[in-house]
Amino acid sequence: MNRKIRVLVAKPGLDGHDRGALVIAQTLRDRGMEVIYTGLRQSAAQIAQTAIQEDVDVIGLSSLSGAHKSLFPKVMEELKKREAEDIPVIGGGVIPEEDIQFLLDHGIQKIFTPGTPMTAVADFIEERVQGDSV
Amino acid sequence: MSEHFSEQKKIWEQQSEKVKERFPERKDPFTNLSGIPIEPLYVPENESNFDDYAEKLGFPGQYPFTRGIQPTMYRNRFWTMRQYAGFGSAKETNERFRYLLDQGQTGLSVAFDLPTQIGYDSDDHMAEGEVGKVGVAIDSLEDMEILLDQIPLDKVSTSMTINAPASVLLCMYIAVAEKQGVPKEKITGTIQNDILKEYIARGTYIYPPKPSMRLITNIFEYCRDNVPKFNTISISGYHIREAGSTAVQEAAFTIADGLAYVDAALESGLEIDEFAPRLAFFFNAHNNFFEEVAKFRAARRVWADLMKNKYKAQNEKSWRLRFHTQTGGSTLTAQQPDNNIVRVALQALSAVMGGTQSLHTNSRDEALALPTEESARIALRTQQIIAHESGVADTVDPLAGSYYVEQMTDEIEKQIREYLDKIEDMGGAVQAVEEGYMQREIHQAAYEAQKRIESKEDIIVGMNEFTTDEETHADLLKVDEKLEQEQIERLGEIRANRDQQLVDKRLQDLKETAKNPDENLMPHILASVKAYATVGEICHTMRDVFGEYTGA
Repeated sequence: MNRKIRVLVAKPGLDGHDRGALVIAQTLRDRGMEVIYTGLRQSAAQIAQTAIQEDVDVIGLSSLSGAHKSLFPKVMEELKKREAEDIPVIGGGVIPEEDIQFLLDHGIQKIFTPGTPMTAVADFIEERVQGDSV
Repeated sequence: MSEHFSEQKKIWEQQSEKVKERFPERKDPFTNLSGIPIEPLYVPENESNFDDYAEKLGFPGQYPFTRGIQPTMYRNRFWTMRQYAGFGSAKETNERFRYLLDQGQTGLSVAFDLPTQIGYDSDDHMAEGEVGKVGVAIDSLEDMEILLDQIPLDKVSTSMTINAPASVLLCMYIAVAEKQGVPKEKITGTIQNDILKEYIARGTYIYPPKPSMRLITNIFEYCRDNVPKFNTISISGYHIREAGSTAVQEAAFTIADGLAYVDAALESGLEIDEFAPRLAFFFNAHNNFFEEVAKFRAARRVWADLMKNKYKAQNEKSWRLRFHTQTGGSTLTAQQPDNNIVRVALQALSAVMGGTQSLHTNSRDEALALPTEESARIALRTQQIIAHESGVADTVDPLAGSYYVEQMTDEIEKQIREYLDKIEDMGGAVQAVEEGYMQREIHQAAYEAQKRIESKEDIIVGMNEFTTDEETHADLLKVDEKLEQEQIERLGEIRANRDQQLVDKRLQDLKETAKNPDENLMPHILASVKAYATVGEICHTMRDVFGEYTGA
């Protein structure tokens, strides 16, 4: 199967910091993936809807405003509502260590904290998606 | 001796004396530990350099202000130490403010939460999860009264990081001051009010550019007549830099934005000298020490030239680029966070060497969360150490005349002007923003910077080199999750207890005014605020007329 990996990079909530999201998007494109970037201020429902419409393999959520504990699980809920909870969701941003387990418990597959090399994110996505298709 | 030089020198001496009458020098005499006296200013000794010096550097407090906007800079008074703070409820933030003032901070700087910054009330569904997170939640005048409780607004100057709803928050500030018995003519402070960089880099826009520019010129006009001591805008490169720009781009795009505001104000019928003296700037202090110093000096020189020669401002105050500086948040690492104290100290030093008027030093834990009280104190202490212990503030612009610094200043100036020409050719900053030009330039620079870090071409200590396996996890500040519910409940009470008919009438007036682009919105916003209409209600009223911006 030679279909390119499709990734949705999304900014839930009101946070306007998109430097990280944009740099990630560019890195993944350089790795040959197709990346859809939602732009700012997306609701959880909008993100789930876009993910389904665009038939993505992975959703990456970025938040630097401290609202991740409320916003990330909400995206999971909206995916579930649409029976799309099989799409793996990863997250990143300003997320303290102590919040990570909470997010994993809500079905987020992996949280990348500040300082993570972009390549580590790309590697994770490749492994995750290709692992699924084998 | 060059006539120009000796004339400037004489003016400088006179101006310095005048400053001393108001603010005596901090020490008499200034000496170092070896007992060597420290002059207020050092200038070239060789007469063959006088002409060049007079033209490119000049004396501090004089055109082109390369060496600073005041004749004696920090000899008499240090910069304003102004730490940005705000989280949770108005009550909690008020406590932090009073703590910081007790600790020797000299001005306030308010951080608002995202719903407030984007014009949503705490009970709006868009605000869910965000209330009180990155700053304080302000819904109505009552929150503002609590926020500023027991803070004397005739003595303390307040900077408010508020942009799209700047008009609303300024009106709330005016209303609280009046309740304290302080007339609006006397209050001092700054509203950020810089919408262009929101489209470019920061993201808290509401309306499209045109009505946004109208609101800004309405504020300029209203403040000229009513709030003459308030800085009506803080034209910000800070967030442009945080989004990943280079130092040159930061200065160039900020100045380009500044020119767009000047043009808009002139177009609305204001005279340049009526508003230009109240324009303020806000820059980032990043890692490369000399590049940053040169950037500040170059930016001053470019702005002075443009205001004097291109816009023909007559008032010298219109030529002066006054600026606040904050150390670079994006340079802080989550790994080994105590190292950030050292980064902040070096960055802060560059701002002082660059002649900043006020300074915020970041806290070590800001790559992880909002600062704890202890981290915020260390950050303030860092600038107090620079001020009181290092001696760098004892003479004006001590790096002037360094071959390296002067040539770097010239080169940065040249590159700033190249960008300005390009943006002017595109039709100005508003046009460039709408086309996404600056956004693309910044993103490209951010991507390149990230690649250099990943290839270890750039070393970030503790992050991609000199790492440790054992990371200690500091205590972080947590915003109480219950806060959102409490804030919503209080908002409900305010709505229940106010004169709803009056609120409706005020908002209706505001709506009608918004429809007529020739009218000033400020008096109507002030009337709405005084009736306890909320930030969300006022912004929604204007949204109905102006529409919303949805991205370039």
